[in-house]
Amino acid sequence: MNFLNDPINFISGWMRDLLTGWGLSNGLTTAIIYFIGITVLIIFAMTLDIILVWVERKVVARFQDRLGPNRIGPFGLIQPFADIIKLVIKEDITPAGADKLLYNLGPVLAIASVIILWAILPLSSKIFGVDLNVAVLYLVAAGALGTLSIIMGGWASNNKYALLGAFRMVANMISYEIPMVVVLLIPTILANSMSVQDITQAQSGMWFAILSPLALIIFLISAIAELGRSPFDLNEAESEIVAGFHIEYSGMKFGLFYAGELLHAFTFGGFIAVLFFGGYGGFFGLEKVGLFSWLNNPFVQAVVFLAKAMFGYWVIMWIKYSMPRIRIDHMLAFNWKFLTPLALVVLVNTAILSKVLAGLPNWGYALGMFFSNIVIGLITIEILRAYGRKQRKAEGNLTLQSAHNQEQAV
Amino acid sequence: MTADQIIFLLCAMLILGSALMVVITRKLIHAALWLVATLFGVAILYAILQAGFLAVVQVVVYIGAIAVLFIFAVMLTRREMLDKGVQTRSTWWLPAILGVLILTGLVFIIIGQPAFGRSAGEIPASVDTLRNLGAALVSPDAYVLPFEVASILLLAALVGAVYVASGNKK
Amino acid sequence: MSIPLSWYLILAAALFSIGLFGVLSRKNAIAILLGVELMLNAVNINLVAFWRYTDPAKMTGQVFAIIVFAVAAAEVAVGLALIISVYRRRNTVIADEIDLMKW
Repeated sequence: MNFLNDPINFISGWMRDLLTGWGLSNGLTTAIIYFIGITVLIIFAMTLDIILVWVERKVVARFQDRLGPNRIGPFGLIQPFADIIKLVIKEDITPAGADKLLYNLGPVLAIASVIILWAILPLSSKIFGVDLNVAVLYLVAAGALGTLSIIMGGWASNNKYALLGAFRMVANMISYEIPMVVVLLIPTILANSMSVQDITQAQSGMWFAILSPLALIIFLISAIAELGRSPFDLNEAESEIVAGFHIEYSGMKFGLFYAGELLHAFTFGGFIAVLFFGGYGGFFGLEKVGLFSWLNNPFVQAVVFLAKAMFGYWVIMWIKYSMPRIRIDHMLAFNWKFLTPLALVVLVNTAILSKVLAGLPNWGYALGMFFSNIVIGLITIEILRAYGRKQRKAEGNLTLQSAHNQEQAV
Repeated sequence: MTADQIIFLLCAMLILGSALMVVITRKLIHAALWLVATLFGVAILYAILQAGFLAVVQVVVYIGAIAVLFIFAVMLTRREMLDKGVQTRSTWWLPAILGVLILTGLVFIIIGQPAFGRSAGEIPASVDTLRNLGAALVSPDAYVLPFEVASILLLAALVGAVYVASGNKK
Repeated sequence: MSIPLSWYLILAAALFSIGLFGVLSRKNAIAILLGVELMLNAVNINLVAFWRYTDPAKMTGQVFAIIVFAVAAAEVAVGLALIISVYRRRNTVIADEIDLMKW
C-alpha cells in the first residue's frame, strides 16, 4: 500500500510507527491518530465552506444577470476573506434579557450538526471518516440536532420575531423529515444496506436516480425544506419577519449560522450524489476496462464525488434563485397532503417491485422500476389536475354567486 | 482503569448530572434542554453497548421528536409568573428520602447477585445484529405481533393527540 | 469489555430514582412528564445492558427497547396534548390547581 492507492491507511500506519517508536502506548497512539484525523476532516470541511461563499455569490449573480464580486482578487476570489474579516471585527452584541448560555450555544450547535455529517460522507472508497452500518439513519439524526439549535437560537434571543421564526422553522423541519425518512428507505431497499459505502457500490451497475427518479425529486424537495432555503424560507424571509430566528445575532455568530447553512446545502448535495448518482463511482462498469482503471484511484474518486456534490449544490441554488417563497400554511399542507402520501406510495411500489422483478436481467429491472415511477408520476399529475379543476370551478361559482348578489342588491 | 471504563464513567457522570439538573432547575426550558443532554448521554451508552441502531434511533426519536415536543409545550403554556418561585413542592424531602431508599435497595440487590459481576462476552463476527434485529421485528415466530400492536398504539396516540390538542368544540 | 454488568444496572437504578424524585416533587405538570421520561430511559438502559451481556445473538432486549421507544413517544404526545388542552381552559399547568371536575 502506497500513498497514492490508500492514503489514509498509509499515513495512519506511518504515524503509528512514529508514535510507538517514541514510546507511547497503543491506546494513546490510536486516540491521537483519531484526533488528528478528525481535525483534518473538519479543516477540510471549513475550507470548502469558504470556497462555497464565493461560489454562492458568483452563481446568484449570474442567475440574476449580473457579474458578482469581481474587484477583490482575480474573479473576486478573495471576497470570502473580506467577508470573514468584516464579520470578525463587528461588535458582538448580546441582547438584554437574553439567556446567555443558550444564546452562545445556538450557533455552535448549528454548525456542529453539519460537521458531524462529514464523518459519514464517503469521499472515495478509501477516504472516509467512518463506515457506519446505519449511516442513512445518522443523516436524519443530524437533522434532528439541527432543529434543536434553531429553537435555542430563537428562544434565547428574547425577541418575539425570533421566537416566531424559530417556531415556523422547526415546524417546517420536523414535518419535512417524514417524507425524507420514507424516501431514504428507497436506496436502502435497492442496495440492501444502510451503509453509504454499500449504497455506492450497489450503484456500479445502474444509478438509483434512474431506478427511482421520483425518490430523487422527493428527496430534493425535502432536503431544501430541511435546509430552510427558498422556496421554503419563510422562516428567515427578510421582507416578512426580519430574518427570523437569527435577528439578534451579529458578527461571527451570524457568520456561523450563515456558513453552517451553506455547508449544510453542500453536504446535502453530497448526499444526493451518494444516494442517487453513484457517489464516487458509478461509471456503469467503465472502471473495470483496463484503459480506465485510473478511475479506481482514491484521489480521482474524491474529485468525482466533489464534482457531483457541487452539481447537486448548484441544483439547490438554481431552485433557490428561481422560485418565489411559499406561505407557511401552504408549505405544511404541501407536505402532509401531497408529499408524504406520494413518498409512501413510491416506497411501497419500490419494495414490491424489487422483489417481483428480482429475477430479470439488469436492464429489465432498471426499465421496470423506471416505468413504474413514470406511471406513478402520471397518475399523480392527473389527480392534481382534477383537484385544480375542482378548485377553479368552486372559485368560479363563488365569484359568479357574489356577482349575482351584487346585481340583485343594486 | 482501562479506556472502556473511563469512557463509561464519563458517560455516567453526564447522564446522572444532567438528570439531576432536570429535576432541580428552576426554569422549565432549561430542564427540557438538560433532558436533551441526558438523552444524548444514553445514546452514547447504547453505542458503548454496541447497539448502534438503538443509539441513532434514540437521537432521532427522543431528541428529535420528544424533546422538541417538550420544548414546544413549555413555550405554549408559559405565563410570566410560572418560572419564578420554588418549583418543587414544600414536602420535597419525602420523595428525596424515598428515592434514596429505593436506590439503596436496588444497589444492594444488584451487588448481592454474583452473576451480575461478569463482563460481556464478545459478539461473534458472524452475528450481524442489524439484520437480526430487522428479521426479529417482522418474522412471524419472532416479534411481529408486538410490532404491529405498537404501530396501532402509535396510530391511536396520533389520532388522540390531534383531537385533544385541536380544541374543537363538539 | 471490562465493564461488569452491575455498573450498568446501578446507573439505571440511579437514573430511575432521580426520575422518581422528579415525578413526586415537582409542581408543574410538564416537569412531572420529564421525570417519567427519565424513568423510561432507565428501563431502556437495563434492557439493552441485559441484551448485551446475556445473549447478543437473540434480539429480544433490543426489540423490547424499541417497543418502549414507541410507547414513550405515544405517551408523551398524548400527555402533552392533554396538558395544552387543560392550559387553554384553566390557564394553569400546576398539577395542584387542576383539582376540580367539570362544573
